[in-house]
Amino acid sequence: MEKIKKIILNIFADAVFEEKDKLTVTVDPQKLHELIKTLHDNEELPFDYLVYLIGMDWGEQLGVIYLLSSSQDTSKEIVVKTGTSDRENPLLYSITDLYETAHLNEREVYAMYGIRFINNPDMRRFLINDDWVGFPLRKDYDANPEINPVSVVSKDIIDTAPRIMETPDGLKEEVVNIFEADDYIINIGPQHPSTHGVMHFRTALDGEIVKKIDIHSGYIHRGIEKLSESLTYPQILHFTDRLDYLSANINRHALCMCVEKAVGIEVPMRAQYIRTIMDELNRISSHLLAWSAQTNDLGATTAFIYGMREREIILDIFDKTCGGRLIINQNVIGGVMFDIYADFQKDVKAFIPYMREKLREYDRFFSHNVIALGRMVNIGNLSKEDAVSYAVTGPAGRASGWSCDVRKYQPYALYDKVEFKEVIRAEGDSYARYMNRLDEIEESLKIIEQLIDNIPDGDFLAKTKAVIKLPEGEYFQGVEAGKGLFGVYIESRGEKTPYRLKFRSPSMALVSVMPLICKNEKISDFIGIGGSMDYVIPDIDR
Amino acid sequence: MFQSYSQPLEFTNLTSWLDAALRENLPEFWAVFIELALVGVVLLAAYAVLAMILIYVERKITAFFQARIGPNRVGKYGIFQTVADVLKILIKEIIQINKVDKFLFYAAPFFMIVASVLTFGAIPFGKSLQAVDFNIGVFYVTAVSSLGIIGVLLAGWSSNNKYSMIGAMRSGAQFVSYELSAGFALMTMVVLSGTMQFSEMIENQAYCWNIFNGHISSLVAFVIYLISGHAETNRGPFDLPEAESELTAGYHTEYSGLQFGFFYLAEYLNMFIIASIAATVFLGGWMPLQISGWEGFNQLMWYIPSYIWFFGKVGVLIFLSLWVRWSFPRLRIDQLLNLEWKYLLPINLVNILVMVILVLTGLTLTDLF
Repeated sequence: MEKIKKIILNIFADAVFEEKDKLTVTVDPQKLHELIKTLHDNEELPFDYLVYLIGMDWGEQLGVIYLLSSSQDTSKEIVVKTGTSDRENPLLYSITDLYETAHLNEREVYAMYGIRFINNPDMRRFLINDDWVGFPLRKDYDANPEINPVSVVSKDIIDTAPRIMETPDGLKEEVVNIFEADDYIINIGPQHPSTHGVMHFRTALDGEIVKKIDIHSGYIHRGIEKLSESLTYPQILHFTDRLDYLSANINRHALCMCVEKAVGIEVPMRAQYIRTIMDELNRISSHLLAWSAQTNDLGATTAFIYGMREREIILDIFDKTCGGRLIINQNVIGGVMFDIYADFQKDVKAFIPYMREKLREYDRFFSHNVIALGRMVNIGNLSKEDAVSYAVTGPAGRASGWSCDVRKYQPYALYDKVEFKEVIRAEGDSYARYMNRLDEIEESLKIIEQLIDNIPDGDFLAKTKAVIKLPEGEYFQGVEAGKGLFGVYIESRGEKTPYRLKFRSPSMALVSVMPLICKNEKISDFIGIGGSMDYVIPDIDR
Repeated sequence: MFQSYSQPLEFTNLTSWLDAALRENLPEFWAVFIELALVGVVLLAAYAVLAMILIYVERKITAFFQARIGPNRVGKYGIFQTVADVLKILIKEIIQINKVDKFLFYAAPFFMIVASVLTFGAIPFGKSLQAVDFNIGVFYVTAVSSLGIIGVLLAGWSSNNKYSMIGAMRSGAQFVSYELSAGFALMTMVVLSGTMQFSEMIENQAYCWNIFNGHISSLVAFVIYLISGHAETNRGPFDLPEAESELTAGYHTEYSGLQFGFFYLAEYLNMFIIASIAATVFLGGWMPLQISGWEGFNQLMWYIPSYIWFFGKVGVLIFLSLWVRWSFPRLRIDQLLNLEWKYLLPINLVNILVMVILVLTGLTLTDLF
């Protein structure tokens, strides 16, 4: 990383470095694009993976924090900050030409902070309506309900996008049409059985072939990040479960670790074991549901029910442990809320061989079915370059040949003590994603097998102060959730509530890549590919 | 030629008694009129009852395929579940939808139901249990059953809904394609039995069902007929017109209440009709299983009434269709059309030729032995 520092200082002498737990550099907005381009094109270690794009309101300045990483080694990270003090019309340069994943993220920052990005080809607001008054995450936002009353009128969707482009004679504001005038547009969602939630795809069709997809989201935007700013850390915990509800426990683990790391709480070994085992059980249940939903999207209802049948056993184990089935509220700051029950080990050990047997059954029943292969092989191809550029992590990213498992690169809990294989396939089609999930279930079983007999005795919850205050600073924590990298970013000003809290959602990347990989596929395959990506909408909307 | 050990259990007794009684007491015209009316009422009642039974059976069988229990609340083992469902659908409000083409929208379900009732009438359910017995029976059935597609297309077009439209377009392409295969498969069997009349066809199969008689060629035709028949009923893996995960409900998205019920009923009855035609043409209809030389066995088989044979064969075929439906994922439209135009149709054309050669050169089983 010292080398990187030198490279930056050579070109940008006025860049300000901070030594935190990640290398942090602050630059002038004018130079931001150039700096990031330098990092992106750096030959030895290209920073071609945009992990976080976080809007910020520092009070005197509005700005953006970028966390860049390299697709070759995702443990190498660099934080880039920039800001502008113009609060009336804040403008920053877009990096959408370098990172495709920046498109939706920049639109979200515009919706929340009002920062517009020059050269972003589509500067509509994401997650909230275009006619919303004010920018919710700004510190001076007026939350008076009279300003933004609940709308009871149906509004037409206007398919035009404003943007600011840089031309030789200065900045030019323009409005462009998203679709062509005579496109046959159908709405897939927000009420549609196969969007896995209230997602809305405006889809232009040419007969059965998908010409273009425009993503609308935010139908269940709950303002979790804004709400968090007025709640204490233990109170925020339960929000994480409501993001990607299928990996509820894993998400919560991320926030707990972030706080523990900041405060310096030592988590007891027993709690670490329980957390890791529960995470893996959660991952299996998430992958099972993904498998089921994908088969259902392809029209095989029976396979769907088979997946649910196995998932039920895991949910029963959760139920017995802590009363919750989907959202299990087990992780708390300092450990776990409930100890495991007496027969926990017995139940889990009975489940492992059962699940292996069922995996073989799935293989016989569905994985080699002629029709299923015809619907998945070579459909929805995602190249490795695109996967990195769109920041598609998790089983989907690994199906494109990108080794991006957080458990391998930045091990947390007990993942450095157990042996497991990172499942990677190079094909990048629906079938690779499908097979990756089934193989990951097997790897999760292996991890559980290694841990289940060795759970040490002792405390399961460390003693913490009654009021948890994080020391001033910025804290990042990523975990490998069922869908990919789930990240938490906390900026603390030493209060018991965070100054800014941002969740990095893996599903947003999965959805943002849909228009690319579904282009020129049949509409049936669009649904099938959606199933293979396995996104969860509340995770995007937050 | 036929032995009639099952005679006491056959419906012929009832029908001939009724006929005699009517003719004794009424003039010829009124006797025929009442008989016609009776046949109509019985057919319609049978239509509705069969659909209800089929829906129940499908739900139960599906449940067992899917490791579930299925309906078990209304009546013992849930046997009255479909009765309750039908009652519900009868009293449900028919939602008036603005911006649809009213006339076509309301006409569409009738096309569906009329097409399937017309076909239903020509099915020989048992010995002399057949309402219409044309000398061109096979031709008639193919002709009227293809009327149903008009209903689907109208429903899709008049609904003024993009999902419905795509669903209707898909099913248009699908019906037209698979009608060809189904028709050709039946033609193959017409070549073999030398008649288009169902009753005659069944009599010809008394000692050797068509599927055995024409051996290779018949088997190929049978498999093709099952596939294309299955496709014609719009059921998985060929359920693209109503692919619920893509098009919500396809061409009948906008329908509610009894109108939806018509589509639903017609779908189940079409499954039954396809199975009965397959049973009649390939598996000897209501004829019992006969193996030449096994006199005792043959006699025993004749004790079973004809309608039980018929419904048994149909039941097996329906089970087969359910098995396929609940095991396979859905095809894509281009794969579906590929299957028909690139594989089934050429095979079919060759198959007819093979059958003609078999018949002309006397290589069918009845000719050989």
